Amino acid sequence: MCNRFKVLDGIITCSERALHSAARVALHAFVFVFSILLLTVPTLDAQTKNSCLDCHSKLDAPLGIEEEQFSSSIHAQKGMNCTICHGGDPSSDDMERAMSKASGFKGHIERAQIPSLCAKCHSDAAYMRGFDPLLRTDQFSEYQTSMHGKLLAKGDTHVAVCTDCHTMHNIRPPNDPESSVYPVNVAHTCAHCHADENYMKQYKIPINQFALYSTSVHHDALTVRGDLSAPTCSTCHGSHGASPPGVASVQNVCSTCHVFQGQLFNSGPHKDIFSAMGLPGCITCHSNHGIQHPTDAMIGTGKGAVCTNCHTEGDAGYTAAGTMHDELEKLNDAIHSSDEILSRAEKAGMEVGEAKLALAAAQDNLTKARVTIHSVRPEAVDQEIKAGLKVTDSTWQEGLSAMAELKYRREGLLVSIVAIVFVLIALGLFIRRMESGQTGVSKESRQ
Amino acid sequence: MGIADGLRQWLDERFGWHEIRAFIEHKTVPLHRYSYWYFLGGMTLFLFVIQVLTGILLLLYYRPSANEAYESVQYIMTQVRFGWLIRSIHSWSANLMVFTAAAHMFSVFFLKSYRKPRELTWLSGMLLLFLVLGFGFSGYLLPWNTLSVFATKVGTDIPGQIPVIGKWILVFLRGGEDVTGATLTRFFGFHVAVLPGIATLMIGLHLLLVQRFGMSVPPGVEEEWKTKPLEQREMRFFPNFLLRELMAWYVALAVLGGLAALKPWELGTKADLFASAPPGIRPEWYFMFMFQTLRMLPAKVGFIDGELLGVLCFGAAFLVWTLLPFFDPGRPGRLQRLITGIGFFALAYVAVMTMYAYVAK
Amino acid sequence: MNYQSTNVEASPKRRRFLEVFLGTGVMASLVSFLYPVLRYIIPPKTVELTADNVLAAHVGDLKPNTGKIFRFGSRPALLVLTSDGKYHAMSAICTHLGCTVEYRSDLRDVWCACHGGLYAVDGRNISGPPPRPLESYDVFLKADEIYVRRPGNA
Repeated sequence: MCNRFKVLDGIITCSERALHSAARVALHAFVFVFSILLLTVPTLDAQTKNSCLDCHSKLDAPLGIEEEQFSSSIHAQKGMNCTICHGGDPSSDDMERAMSKASGFKGHIERAQIPSLCAKCHSDAAYMRGFDPLLRTDQFSEYQTSMHGKLLAKGDTHVAVCTDCHTMHNIRPPNDPESSVYPVNVAHTCAHCHADENYMKQYKIPINQFALYSTSVHHDALTVRGDLSAPTCSTCHGSHGASPPGVASVQNVCSTCHVFQGQLFNSGPHKDIFSAMGLPGCITCHSNHGIQHPTDAMIGTGKGAVCTNCHTEGDAGYTAAGTMHDELEKLNDAIHSSDEILSRAEKAGMEVGEAKLALAAAQDNLTKARVTIHSVRPEAVDQEIKAGLKVTDSTWQEGLSAMAELKYRREGLLVSIVAIVFVLIALGLFIRRMESGQTGVSKESRQ
Repeated sequence: MGIADGLRQWLDERFGWHEIRAFIEHKTVPLHRYSYWYFLGGMTLFLFVIQVLTGILLLLYYRPSANEAYESVQYIMTQVRFGWLIRSIHSWSANLMVFTAAAHMFSVFFLKSYRKPRELTWLSGMLLLFLVLGFGFSGYLLPWNTLSVFATKVGTDIPGQIPVIGKWILVFLRGGEDVTGATLTRFFGFHVAVLPGIATLMIGLHLLLVQRFGMSVPPGVEEEWKTKPLEQREMRFFPNFLLRELMAWYVALAVLGGLAALKPWELGTKADLFASAPPGIRPEWYFMFMFQTLRMLPAKVGFIDGELLGVLCFGAAFLVWTLLPFFDPGRPGRLQRLITGIGFFALAYVAVMTMYAYVAK
Repeated sequence: MNYQSTNVEASPKRRRFLEVFLGTGVMASLVSFLYPVLRYIIPPKTVELTADNVLAAHVGDLKPNTGKIFRFGSRPALLVLTSDGKYHAMSAICTHLGCTVEYRSDLRDVWCACHGGLYAVDGRNISGPPPRPLESYDVFLKADEIYVRRPGNA
């Protein structure tokens, strides 16, 4: 027994000693590796070290920068940092060194200096080609022709400079939905100043543009329907070369999308008359910012008509306006009547899908007629209306025949129901008579 | 000898007409408080005949290809004289037939007509019920409108869930991996040839068995008649009961005509296989209780997929239900009361789930 | 009739009346069922379904570099003959807001008058508001007839 324990003891002691050494070796190895890692961490960071952001991300406005916002901006995405505008040394944590004159630190940039600072890169075609070959490089020269640029050159620093629209540290490309110049956001960005009563006090221009625009069809198309081709402030006024179009050019601007209306207007008598009177085309009737969806009431001589702003009873224009209005109303009513009868037939179960689709052609004619009124020539409008009425005549007929067919079916049903009721009564009587005369109808025991 | 008598003699010399007539005149229908339920079987048969006749008429104009199916139904509804009537009757009668078949089944269940010796009648009847559902499912696709294509897609997805054989069943039903024109051709084949062939045989067998065993009497009534034999009343099937059935069939014709004229079956919009499923896709009402159950099951129950569990449970339930006659002890007692209770539960479940499915989103 | 009438309750005249009544009723109901069926099986005048293949024009109707609107089903479609002698057919419903497009010989493209959307002759939307191309159709000639059909239809 003692022998066994002694051997056991020996084994345990031996193992303990071995374990002890192994543990020591492991511990040493661990410390060694860990130190290496610790030492390399700073060097790993060295390339992306941005001492500017390290401090300024912890400060409050106006010196504070939101780190996440800046890092997702376009300049940061392209690998640039604060120094491209502000200079300085981002590798140093020492405030004195980081923001020293020697390191090229510019600090706060004066508003008047901002456009030329941005232009240093953005007007350099060769430089910009290295990032986005198709990006334009004429923004600065355009800016100089704009209202903002002209006033800035005269010393007015109140006006918009690059960073007012594009922001300072959150610059994103225009197709980024979070960008301040994403089409849906543009009006909001302009309104920042242009709708601010105090800010705009020194300029003698209205401040209701944004309020009016927010009620317009274009705003609705952009923000509700999501049609990014719908116009916003910059579409008509220009972006970098922003300026009101001027009386003579308004119509050209609208005609870039509303081509037909522009052409028709030019072919009609209004073109020369308006320009002689110094009236801009389009906006005289439709207004510029608060453009509403036009209605048939706008043309004619009734309530809400724009024609009576100039025309009075007895003149040729007054008569023409009345004629055009009546024509539109005629076709509109015809379409409604057809639609009503076809819907009634459909509700009652008749198949009128084909006729309903054909009615859409008449609606097309009405839309075309509504465009043709811009020529203010009743004969041209009449052409479209006549084509539309031809369609509604045939769809009305189809509606009538559908209702007639419905009547026929119901009458047919009545006839067969009457016949069936006849039979039911007759059968009932027949059975009764048969069974009263029968023996052994009931009381037969089951076999 | 009049013409009728001459004809009778001619048939008798060749087919034993007088024997057939004796058998027909022999057949009686028991009269008791549940006798009205006896109409349902004949009504289902009548509606089936209506389906065959209107179906044949539709075949004269229907084209079973994905390019033309919808247009041909549109043609029938708008161009063919009374096409709207034939088509609407076909669609309405289909729904009525499913209802009467199910009602017939439940009445047979609760009146316990499936007891010995009528087990095979019950089995053939259950098979006929499944065939009717198959008719409904295959026919629903044929107009090739948006609702039918997507309902078919959802409907064939379900057997696809069965483990091992599910995929094969799905591909067999659809004629491919997806619902396409090939599915239409295949369903058309099922609907006008395969199912009618099997159904005709089954109906023949079912009717033969009914004639063989006569009309069953519910247990309660049976007991009453044992103690009071004078209370037992029977009615001759021919002509008395048959004339009454004829009245019921005329009423059914009036109902079908009214539905067709006042609530015609709609055309829908032509199916676009590339479009995404519109919201609110659902099967016909007779599948709704299963559809709703599957919708309500959680995604996973333990380690098994929720929908799969639902499908398997329904499968098991239908199997048990079909084999019920072999479980029924044939005499009153706890087991029989349990079976009746299960029947009430099944009926209530189907009714409640169907109604709930239309109210739930 | 195979029932036994042991007591003749009703007078012969009443019996006859009921039989006539029943017979007329049954005949009338049968006629009301069979009349529609008979009308049904007689084929209607227009034998073909709303055509898959539409005759859009005849060879020679269109000069090169011109287009023509025609009815395809119940919607407008556009047939264009380009100067290289090829026919192109497409839906004429602009994908922007549904106006009817036209072929512009000067632009050699398909154009929408409403907001200036521009498409190539293969239907691709190339400029302006339209978000999607125009659905293009297959054109095939049979003798001097130009037929248009949906792509993929045999």
